Amino acid sequence: MKPLLRFEAVALRRGGRLLFEGLDLKLGPGEALHLTGPNGSGKSSLIRLAAGLLRAESGRVERTALALADAAPALDRELALGNALKFWARLGGTSGKLDAAIAAMGLGELADVPVRLLSSGQAKRATLARVAASGAHLWLLDEPLNGLDGDGVERLDALIARHRGLGGAVLAASHAALRGEWARLELGR
Amino acid sequence: MIAALIARDVRRAIGGAAWLPVGFFLLVATLVPFAVGPDARLLARIGGGALWIAALTAALLPIERLVEPDRADGVLDQFALHGLAEESVAAAKIAAHWLTFAPLLLLAAVPGSLVLGLGADALRRSLVALAVGTPALAALAVAVAALTAGLPRAGALAGMLLLPLAVPLLIFGAAAGGDGGSGALLLEAAAALLITAGAPFAAGAAIRASRT
Repeated sequence: MKPLLRFEAVALRRGGRLLFEGLDLKLGPGEALHLTGPNGSGKSSLIRLAAGLLRAESGRVERTALALADAAPALDRELALGNALKFWARLGGTSGKLDAAIAAMGLGELADVPVRLLSSGQAKRATLARVAASGAHLWLLDEPLNGLDGDGVERLDALIARHRGLGGAVLAASHAALRGEWARLELGR
Repeated sequence: MIAALIARDVRRAIGGAAWLPVGFFLLVATLVPFAVGPDARLLARIGGGALWIAALTAALLPIERLVEPDRADGVLDQFALHGLAEESVAAAKIAAHWLTFAPLLLLAAVPGSLVLGLGADALRRSLVALAVGTPALAALAVAVAALTAGLPRAGALAGMLLLPLAVPLLIFGAAAGGDGGSGALLLEAAAALLITAGAPFAAGAAIRASRT
């Protein structure tokens, strides 16, 4: 079966510093990879590389349609949360998945609250709901647990488990442990 | 998809401060009589040019809100993940900025020309010249906004970039407003076309280069 994400002998250089080279990785349907490593080891850069937002110094990166959740929520601050999420769902043609995603992250009661009033944990939930509503098979999550409370972490774990059950793949960079079965890749050794 | 982008930027501009550049435009036009005195003949002669200087300075004001908030908030990255070319995003931003900037500016040019004592003929010529120039002003604003997004002191830098690039527009536009018989309007249209057509590519490349 064709992988959803494949790195072949990839090297990445940022600001003159070689972060990694000769990196191979493959993510197929249902698989999940937990990216670890000290600060500055290139976890976020690897995720942006996987997303196609950075260019590799050498090697090949192949990917399918994907969704990215990083520190930037990319939600219009002046809009109500529901409408801000709806913008992306409409753009991707997946409006039908939005209500389920909002409920899955426990944001139903916040749908009318302007994004600028959300706490950082609520904004993180909203970012993850945007990814869940995208319908993409590959999820790239950069520090998805940052700011989440216990309930949020449980909801995210459930969301990831369901996504993998439906044949999706997840690449997540996180310092904290993630529940479920994850392959591990440690950068910066 | 592009229509959704344009609608989003128009909504944000109207909800923000779309009137601010126009208020600034009127303010600058009003300063001219104070600066050169109330001589009606002198004012009428320099009024067309003064309108253009007011328009150029007004075009600088919205630059900081055109691209930087979307870059900082990850919106430009998400557009890329949705398969939108940076050039398309820039073109949508230019269209949206023009829609919220040009009509208000042309409207404000009417009281502006009264303050400067322009006659009805001169007003008509100036309005045509301004209308032809506004797409290029909007395109320049977006391109410069993309080039300076994320830089420290971006506002001052944007002025240093935009104003020299707008000189051809200023020369031909002010000339077209002053003398309807010359070919200045055609030259202004040519300059505006060149700027408007090139700006999405410059802005798109700048957005790509700004990714870290």
